[in-house]
Amino acid sequence: MNDDNSFWSWEHAAAAFPEILEKFLTVTLVVTIIGSIIAAVLGLAIALGRRTAPRPVSALITLVMNFIRMTPLVVQLLFAYYVFTTVPPIVLGTIIIGIHYATYMAEVYRAGIDAVPPGQWEATTALSMSPGRTWTAVIIPQALRSTLPALANYVISMFKDTPFLMVITVVEMVRQAQLYGSKNFRFVEAVIIAGLIYLVASYLSSLLARRLEKRLEYTTA
Amino acid sequence: MNENFDALWRALPQLVDGVIITLQLTAGGALLAIVVAITFGLLARFENIILRGFARIVIELFRGTSLLVQLFFFFFVLPLPPFNLELPAVFTGILALGLNYGAYGAEVVRGSIGAVPAGQWEATTALSMSRTQRMWRVIFPQAWALMLPSLNNLLIQLLKGTAVVYLITIVDLTAELNRLRVQTDVYFAYGLGLLIYFAIAYLLTLGMNALETRAKHRLGQGGKWRDTITTAPIPDAKGAGQFG
Repeated sequence: MNDDNSFWSWEHAAAAFPEILEKFLTVTLVVTIIGSIIAAVLGLAIALGRRTAPRPVSALITLVMNFIRMTPLVVQLLFAYYVFTTVPPIVLGTIIIGIHYATYMAEVYRAGIDAVPPGQWEATTALSMSPGRTWTAVIIPQALRSTLPALANYVISMFKDTPFLMVITVVEMVRQAQLYGSKNFRFVEAVIIAGLIYLVASYLSSLLARRLEKRLEYTTA
Repeated sequence: MNENFDALWRALPQLVDGVIITLQLTAGGALLAIVVAITFGLLARFENIILRGFARIVIELFRGTSLLVQLFFFFFVLPLPPFNLELPAVFTGILALGLNYGAYGAEVVRGSIGAVPAGQWEATTALSMSRTQRMWRVIFPQAWALMLPSLNNLLIQLLKGTAVVYLITIVDLTAELNRLRVQTDVYFAYGLGLLIYFAIAYLLTLGMNALETRAKHRLGQGGKWRDTITTAPIPDAKGAGQFG
């Protein structure tokens, strides 16, 4: 190619774009979606565990939760990668990123549960509901509603953290861009394309999150 | 187990160097981030559409793309022709970390200033204070106390974010752990590494809690010094509840 000295080459951009977009769709998005499901479910389990388990158990859960939250995802990924050598890196990475964000989401659920008015608890006692029904029919539905915007925010955060999976050999969008760069000695186009895809995707998802927040405001008011 | 400790003893000087690099990145990144956060947080509140627009573009650009994209951009693209900037890798890391977390911080600064009660703003008008007097003597000290918990969370995020810089050839704590792993077993090397990161994060949290208590004291608000030691880290998203 004769324009190898120019800053931006459309030929390289055109060549890199399909590869990068493909990894975005097949890896980055998939990891984000499955990771979010893991985080949302496990986070709720952690929040409920801290509330309902006996003292020593809930103290232990809190300690482990804080430990996971205050240590780098990258080191956790590397740790798991060398311990569970038989698990495919992409599966392992999705699980670890899910666990990491579960510790964040657990706090969101906790705040949501705390925000349920005491009258609701008293009402379930007055109706002599079982603890199981109190949680599933009264508390959790109300708590979930107020937590959805904050949970959506963490999903967007997780989406931006998925490139960390490259430390355990997962080839996602940003790694693909880097690979294109080192194969062709052209980093500019690949890195900028990856950045633009991120920008568009996080802009769209934040619009979506804002709409979700608005809608919930109406239904809870 | 003994071989592990022997290996650790031999690797100790390098490990300490790694911790120092990680601390340098955290301190440098945090310093840049707070400057970026306050500058762009204040700019984003201007009525002038050009200043505000500029601030919004910068904030969204760094919040909307991943830290790793920015790191690779600065590392691979800045040395190329139009820029010709050959920065040492550690500076590149500090630049990416500071701008990324600074952009999140700018939203915190902007939000906290907006959260200072309207009566305080009106009082400064009643006292016919100038704009700068109003900001630095009345509004900012109150906003500072409000923003510290969120900035604490961002600081921890930044510390955790430093662990990726080994991808751009910086030999930080994580890079040293990768070397230590070869000589010891996996559990020992990374278990130790996680403990070191946790200890640093915890110390940072204690420091930030103390800053928050001091900021509140200066506003004549309560809060015992003892609480800064016992308080568990206050968890929050980077900018939870704020979209855009």
